[in-house]
Amino acid sequence: MTTRIDRAFAAAKAANRPAFVTYVMGGDPDLATSQAILNALPQAGADIIELGLPFSDPMADGVAIQMGGQRALKAGQTLLGLLGMVEEFRRKDENTPIVLMGYYNPIYSFGVDRFLAAAKEAGIDGLIIVDLPAEEDNELCIPALKAGINFIRLTTPTTNDQRLPVVLENTSGFVYYVSMTGVTGAAIKSRAAVGEAVQRIKAHTDLPVAVGFGIKTAEDAAEIGKHADGIVVGTVLVEAVAKTLVDGKATDRTVAAVRDLVADIAAGVKRART
Amino acid sequence: MDGTNSLRNGPDEHGRFGIYGGRFVAETLMPLILDLEKEYRAAKVDPVYQAQIKDLATHYTGRPSPLYYAERLSQHLGGAKVWFKREELNHTGSHKINNCLGQILLAKRMGKTRIIAETGAGQHGVATATVCAKFDLPCTIFMGATDVERQMPNVLRMKMLGAEVRPVTAGAGTLKDAMNEALRDWVTNVENTYYLIGTAAGPHPYPEMVRDFQSVIGTELKEQFRELEGKLPDAVVACVGGGSNAIGTFHAFLDDPEVAIYGAEAGGHGVDVENGHAASMTGGRPGVLHGNRTYLLQDADGQILEGHSISAGLDYPGVGPEHSYLHDTKRVTYVPITDNEALEAFQLCTRMEGIIPALESAHGLAQVIKLAPTLGKDKSVVLCLSGRGDKDVESVGKYLGLLK
Repeated sequence: MTTRIDRAFAAAKAANRPAFVTYVMGGDPDLATSQAILNALPQAGADIIELGLPFSDPMADGVAIQMGGQRALKAGQTLLGLLGMVEEFRRKDENTPIVLMGYYNPIYSFGVDRFLAAAKEAGIDGLIIVDLPAEEDNELCIPALKAGINFIRLTTPTTNDQRLPVVLENTSGFVYYVSMTGVTGAAIKSRAAVGEAVQRIKAHTDLPVAVGFGIKTAEDAAEIGKHADGIVVGTVLVEAVAKTLVDGKATDRTVAAVRDLVADIAAGVKRART
Repeated sequence: MDGTNSLRNGPDEHGRFGIYGGRFVAETLMPLILDLEKEYRAAKVDPVYQAQIKDLATHYTGRPSPLYYAERLSQHLGGAKVWFKREELNHTGSHKINNCLGQILLAKRMGKTRIIAETGAGQHGVATATVCAKFDLPCTIFMGATDVERQMPNVLRMKMLGAEVRPVTAGAGTLKDAMNEALRDWVTNVENTYYLIGTAAGPHPYPEMVRDFQSVIGTELKEQFRELEGKLPDAVVACVGGGSNAIGTFHAFLDDPEVAIYGAEAGGHGVDVENGHAASMTGGRPGVLHGNRTYLLQDADGQILEGHSISAGLDYPGVGPEHSYLHDTKRVTYVPITDNEALEAFQLCTRMEGIIPALESAHGLAQVIKLAPTLGKDKSVVLCLSGRGDKDVESVGKYLGLLK
C-alpha cells in the first residue's frame, strides 16, 4: 500500500523535479486565516505540507518561526485545533500529504495513543518531532509506525556515517536533511556541501531525501533541488505572513502573500533539473 | 549500600531516573552529547583528572566549606540544632563553582574553544565567567532580560571577568528563555562550543555529571557532622530551582532512611495562584523540556508556563529529573516556600547570624524555620547555605521599602 507521501515523491520524480515541501505554522496569524492559507497551498504548487504545531519553547527555531508560534498560541491554537484544521483540509483534498512538525511536549501531554488515533483520523500522514532523536524512538516513533503514520527523521551535518544507520533505522516517508548546524531561517554556507551530504545519505537509504533550513528563494530552490528529492521552505513563508499584518492582525493580503510566494518558489523547483 | 535497592544508582544507561531524564534533543546535538558522555566516563576514572579537580577545590574554591552551628538561630527557634553547610563561602560566592571547575576541565579535554552558559540569578554565570577567565576561554552568558535587571551586581561581575552577557527578551525574560537561547546558540556553533549547563537538568549526561560535581557538598557534610556530633544529622534541607545544590546535598544521604530530606521549592505568591509560583513538583506534572522528562509547570495543552519567584535562581518551570524521581518515590519531601517566607528568613538569618544568604538559600532556610521547632533539642537540621546574598541586597532593599 503506497502512502500519500510515497505518491507525492513519485509524482515529482516522474515530472523530473524535486518535490516541493512547504511549512506553515498552524494557527498563524489566526485560526481562520491559517486555514485559508493551508487550503491554498496545493493549488499554489506545494506537493507536501508541513504544518507547524506551536510550542512555547521552540528551541530549534529562529526568530521568524518563534514569532509565528507565539501568534498562533495567542490566537488560541491547541493540538486539537490543529487536528481540526487538517480535518477541514481533508474535506477538499484527499491527496496532498500533511506532516505535523513540532516539539514533543504538547503530544506527550495530550497522550501518545490518543494523539496517534486522532491524528490518523484527521488525515495526518507523518510526524517530524524535533526533540525526539533516535535514542528516544520508544516514545513516539515506534508507536506512530504501528499506527500507520510516518516518522520523518532529521539528519544534520553532525550526523556522521557511523551514526546515519542509527538515525535511519526507523525513519519512514522521507529523510529530512537539515542543511546546516543552526536554527530555522539561518543562511546556508555551502550549496556544494549540501549536495555531497545528500549523496552520502542516499548511499544509506532508498527513501527520498528532502533538504530544508535556509532555502529562501526560487533560485535557492532550483540550485538545492538539483541534487535533492525534495526541498523544504518554511521561514520565508512565515515571514510573508508577518509582513502583511497590521497591528498583529491579518489583512486581505495575508493569504495572497503566502500563495504568491509559494507559486514563485514552485517555479524555481520546476526548473531545478532543466 | 550500593545494591539493587540503592537510590544512588541512577541514571540507567538511557540516562533515566525511573521515567525521568533521557535525551530529548535535536539530532544536531545528539553526536556531541554521546561524545560528552564518553569523555565523562573516561575522565571519571582518570586519576589525573580527579587530582586536578581535588587540587582546584582546595586551592581555588577553598574547600572543604565549613559546617557551622547557627547557635543564636537555633535558640531562637527553640527546637533542633540548626547547622549551615557554608557553600556561600566558596570562591565566587556559591556552590556553582564546584560544577564549573569539573565541566571546564572536560571542555578542555574535548578540545572545545568556546563556552556558553545560561544563568538565572547570575551565580552560575559568574562561576562560568570565572573559570573561563582562569582557563583562557571566551564565554557567552545567556541571561533573561528581567534577570539582568534584578541581578545587576552579577552582570557587572561577569562583564569584568571578560564574559559577553547576552540579555534574552523572549518570553518573560527569565531562566527558561535564557536556556532556550543557549540551546539555539549551541545548535548553531556545535563544532567548537561547549555548553556548560549550571544545574542538574538537561539531556543525559548533564544531570548525572552536575550531581557528581556537586555531591562533594553532601559527602563533606556527612563527614564533618560525624566528626563534630558522632552521628548522622536528623534532617538535611536545600532549596530547589533546577536543583543542583539540593542533589549535591542529598545524594550522600539517599540510602540513610533515618535522615529526613527536604527540598524547598519556590512558592512565589502561593501555589494556588495560577502562574504565580515556580514549584514544579508541587504544582506541575511530568513533561518534556530542555532535553529531559521531568515535572514541569504547563497549561492543559502542554505549553510551558513562565512561573514566578522573587528569586531569579529558582524562577524556572522545571526541575532536575533526579528530583522528580525522588519526589515520586517519596524519599525527599518537596515543600513550597512563598516569596514572603523567604524574605522573612533572609532577614532573620542576616540579623541573628550575621550572614546574608542568597534569596534562593533563604527558601531552604524558611523550611528550616518551620521544621526545627517541631523537633527536639537533641535533633539536628543541616541547611545547605548555597549562596551569599550580596547580589540580592538591592532587590530586597526595594521589597522592604529601604530604597525608593
